Amino acid sequence: MSAFHTTIDLVYVAAASCFILGLHLMNNPSSARRGNQVSTAGMVAAVAATLALIVHSGAISVTGWIVMTAGALVGASAGLYSARTVQMTAMPQLVSVFNAVGGGAAALVGIHDYMTLADAGRGVPGSITVTTLLDVIIGAVTFSGSVIAAGKLQGLITSAPVTFPGARVINLLLAAVALGACGYLITTPSLLGLAIVIVAALAFGVSMVMPIGGADMPVVISLLNAFTGTAVAMAGFVIGNWALIIAGALVGASGGILTKLMADAMNRSIGNIIVGGFGTGDSAAAAAPGAGAGVRAIEADDAAIQLAYASKVVIVPGYGLAAAQAQHAVAELAELLESRGVEVSYAIHPVAGRMPGHMNVLLAEANVPYPQLKEMDEINPEFSRTDVALVIGANDVTNPAARRPGTAISGMPILDVDQARSIIVIKRSMGHGYAGIDNELYANPKTSMYFADAKKALAGLTSAVKTLVG
Amino acid sequence: MSTALLTDLVIFVLSLWVGFEVISKVPATLHTPLMSAANSIHGIVLVGAMLIAVTANNAIGYVIAFAAAAFAAMNVVGGYVVTGRMLKMFRRRPAQAENGKPS
Repeated sequence: MSAFHTTIDLVYVAAASCFILGLHLMNNPSSARRGNQVSTAGMVAAVAATLALIVHSGAISVTGWIVMTAGALVGASAGLYSARTVQMTAMPQLVSVFNAVGGGAAALVGIHDYMTLADAGRGVPGSITVTTLLDVIIGAVTFSGSVIAAGKLQGLITSAPVTFPGARVINLLLAAVALGACGYLITTPSLLGLAIVIVAALAFGVSMVMPIGGADMPVVISLLNAFTGTAVAMAGFVIGNWALIIAGALVGASGGILTKLMADAMNRSIGNIIVGGFGTGDSAAAAAPGAGAGVRAIEADDAAIQLAYASKVVIVPGYGLAAAQAQHAVAELAELLESRGVEVSYAIHPVAGRMPGHMNVLLAEANVPYPQLKEMDEINPEFSRTDVALVIGANDVTNPAARRPGTAISGMPILDVDQARSIIVIKRSMGHGYAGIDNELYANPKTSMYFADAKKALAGLTSAVKTLVG
Repeated sequence: MSTALLTDLVIFVLSLWVGFEVISKVPATLHTPLMSAANSIHGIVLVGAMLIAVTANNAIGYVIAFAAAAFAAMNVVGGYVVTGRMLKMFRRRPAQAENGKPS
């Protein structure tokens, strides 16, 4: 190996080290920004080394330069624009789109490599065929699956589970077709065979994500993230590049961990989520306000007095808060309470939002300092010392029914909101959560229901606190 | 199995373990930026997209190389920018208290 190529390989090793260090620095919010900068530096180095390699080899045509530069410019502008303008509530969609293009690019690298080898007519080595097929299949499934997931999150495709009779048969057929074509390709290089594999994989991605409902999105996004990483690693196997293998494996591990965490937080197996058909989706029929025995309604003034004279308040935000765009309103109320000497913290369930950690980002955007954001295990022991638990737009994750066997959510880890001295629930109606069952918390004698839209309710509470105890 | 493939496989498996080890220490508060950061890291596929522009020599090859470069560049640029944007919002104290100071 020439000194030049050794240098290039060493730069790739340095880049991979930067990625690992960058992820390591993300173990604390105070060092996370530096982590992102270190990771960016590694990426710039890897791309620069690749450019040097291309120039040095001198094999690229003028058209090749133009195509590469134009493609990179188009993509970079699209990425920059979407990253700068995206709303924080739309972050899960954007992450899905980046998963899609990452997986798509990995698949294209594999496809191109295979076509070049097949065109040369010298046959394709078995090890290359296997890694290429893995790359193309995982990449294509990720691409179409992520596009569907992004469409569901953006509301372009219904977020309710889409199922129809025979769906499972179609999935099995697609898998059989893809496997059959793969088996053929291992013995005989064939572009038609590859095309069949690509189409089957794309169709499989669609049919995999369509039956999955909105509230299961945190699991799906994490899983697709893991797929993308694996596809990129496979692309690294195909072109023999260690930087791609290491980076892809890191992302695969990250996506894998998050998938497991999200599935555990809903007490469901990943297989169960992929097969779908849980509850009735987000839009469960809403019962009339006040329906149900023993439910006590409350008005803004009473709720404001409880909050203002409490010494410890825990806010429990759920997806409903984000849907109502009420994160700034809640932060304003919390700040007002804090200025009166009330200790305020936020209890964040792992699946509060549409992707892992989503609620934390939404609250950080509303200027909530991160030490106030408490994870479930950290906050649960504190509820017994809490004067008021303020539940906003969270439902199933606060339902004590999860502690008993035999309900739809049995065994799901929940926030122990019912341990607080009193509980105020802001909710538009007595409608059900995703699991489609009654929330026993609402019938608790310590609970008062404040029936209103989250944003209006919070603004009402803030002004009531100001006027009553100013 | 060839030595090259075996080496690649060893690197892949060890990197997976490093990934599990490093990422399991990331707090839940940062899981969205983490996923976004992981997203930008898989933008390394841009290296692969650049390399196929070298071997492309017909119309289909050029179309694939263009699409791959565009996809990968969108992934890498968008990923890093949006991760940086998110991490900037995580503050220890309310924003007002930190005005004028670099965070």
